[in-house]
Amino acid sequence: MAMLASAARRELDVQRYPWVVVLLAPLLAIFLQAYVPRYVPKFDILDLPLLVAIYFSVGWRNPIAGTLGGALIGLVQDALTNRPLGINGISKCVVGFFAASLGVKIDVENPGTRLLMNFAFTLLNIAIYLFIMHRLLALGLKTNWVHEAIKAVINSIVGVFVFDLLDRLKHRE
Amino acid sequence: MGKVLAMDSFLNRYKNILVLVGVLVAQIVGLAAQIRRPNPAGPDGSSVRLIRSWAVGLISPPEKALHGMGRGVRGLWSNYLDLRHVRQQNQDLRSQVGRLQLEQAALLEDARQGQRLQQLLAFREHYIYNTVPAQVIGTSGTDQSRVLYIDKGTKNGLKPDMAVITPDGIVGKLKDVFWDTAQVLEISDQTSGAGVVLESTRLRGVLRGNALGQPQVINLLPDERIKPGERVITSGGDQIYPRGLPVGEVDHVAPDPQNPGYINIVIKPAANLGRLEEVLIITKTDADLPAKAQQDMAQSAAVASTQRAADILAQRLPGTDPAKAPVPGQAAATAEEIPAAVKAPPARHTDRYSPDATPPAADLTPGKPFAPPSPRPLPPGVFPRSSPATASAPSGNSATATKPEKPVPVPGAAVRPKSSSPPSGAASESPSTSGSGVTETTPPKPPNKPATKPASKPANPPPTPPADTKDETVPALEPTHPTPDGNAAEPPQ
Repeated sequence: MAMLASAARRELDVQRYPWVVVLLAPLLAIFLQAYVPRYVPKFDILDLPLLVAIYFSVGWRNPIAGTLGGALIGLVQDALTNRPLGINGISKCVVGFFAASLGVKIDVENPGTRLLMNFAFTLLNIAIYLFIMHRLLALGLKTNWVHEAIKAVINSIVGVFVFDLLDRLKHRE
Repeated sequence: MGKVLAMDSFLNRYKNILVLVGVLVAQIVGLAAQIRRPNPAGPDGSSVRLIRSWAVGLISPPEKALHGMGRGVRGLWSNYLDLRHVRQQNQDLRSQVGRLQLEQAALLEDARQGQRLQQLLAFREHYIYNTVPAQVIGTSGTDQSRVLYIDKGTKNGLKPDMAVITPDGIVGKLKDVFWDTAQVLEISDQTSGAGVVLESTRLRGVLRGNALGQPQVINLLPDERIKPGERVITSGGDQIYPRGLPVGEVDHVAPDPQNPGYINIVIKPAANLGRLEEVLIITKTDADLPAKAQQDMAQSAAVASTQRAADILAQRLPGTDPAKAPVPGQAAATAEEIPAAVKAPPARHTDRYSPDATPPAADLTPGKPFAPPSPRPLPPGVFPRSSPATASAPSGNSATATKPEKPVPVPGAAVRPKSSSPPSGAASESPSTSGSGVTETTPPKPPNKPATKPASKPANPPPTPPADTKDETVPALEPTHPTPDGNAAEPPQ
């Protein structure tokens, strides 16, 4: 009985989005991520697709959807780089899974929570990415840790505004 | 029945984890398959290429559309509305073309000398024969992968591993080429590689990006001669970038953290990699220059020889055309109109090889360094007479003055000069650049100059006056003898 009540409460809290938004928001994020650095080179320190993946995973509160969504977004990102396919796919599917799992348990509407959550998930994404690059693939690439830390901070700040923007696109009941 | 129910319960309970593990395993297997190819740095497999093609096909059309709209707006503004300084720019460009023609003609002789030496060494220089211009439409979107996308692909004749350049310097090489787009791997990426050489110290190395996206020459032994600001050019050893293209200049030297005892030279790239608009892809290199480039050089040589003849005539007979005689008030304007001639850089070593430049061995003292005797100053009114021996003595102007007359190259002839200027927007028809060699054999300026100068000496004497025979010196550089009426007379014979 308790499980049923919990499931019902979770179903009530699940955010619903128009399918156009679900389809276009990740695509737009990937497009902006690829297009804007041509004019603003420092823009590539952001990871908009990661923020979108976190947002939808947290909103859906469904780990399977978060895993698959993160993997798909990451694979498209990988396809635009010169690296092997799957590096971003793996890191973002793990992030999507944990974001969806976290969304079930805590209130993710609070900006402070979102800030911390984005910071933690960006760090997790970077850690998995670098682990794959250095340990699994042994590509021998160098890493600037300060740069990665700054990246996590900037992503977490920008993420608060991106989440607020995406909040306006969800279904109101 | 109980086992089925238990399995069903297990799957329901752990389905999230199972899906995660399944997706992870699938991607790891895919990664392993990509890495275990015979040549991981080579082109992707067909399935990976298909996925990349889908992704690029998804992203590049809106990129192209936005880029086209932006170009349209900018073109409307710059081509129809903002035309304020076009006339001045046109005038400046004409002046620049004239100056470049003279410079090119002045470098022809050095280029021919280099060509003869290359033939002696059985070395075949490769020049940029054909290029394809392309617009940059996008990036990879991540700072971990320094990749650009351009709006040209296989339908325009592009292939992987073609060099991508700008008039300022090299950009990178093509990696994946699709039907109407292509991926450019920048020189600042950590997986890129280019053979480079430091222009003055001639140190060779491999250029590669670092973690911050800066290109650097890696694994070099420390050398005190390496100074910030030194130019870096391509060495041509990688078989991708033609030799002599500008890469950038030395920014600073940093120790290699992974290889103690070695250094990395961080390069400030010549091309602005962060804000690239248009690039050129070298689709063909050849041992001979394109016909158009040869025509340009022939035209430059003709222009230079015509101007030289006019200058010599004006120098010898300044009073023949009073209308063209320089007026003090117009001197500045005239100096601006006349393009600056190429000045020979000073020699780095004393000339000890020219005939009569050193005394006989009997006059030298063992252990005592030889100091070349300074020429005695001539008494006023006495002018030196030129001879082949004096013409070959160290003299800033005589180096160019004693050169034989430059034959005008005929289009189609095998003329393969080098140019020290970076490839311009017309790089498809210009020779590859090279900054080596020619400066080291140029003698210094003379220690003393003639006491008097002709009043009508042009502001910028031509670098290479014509001469009919190889041994004939150039009278234009000999001091003329002023007469009381102000006209110059022939020097005393």
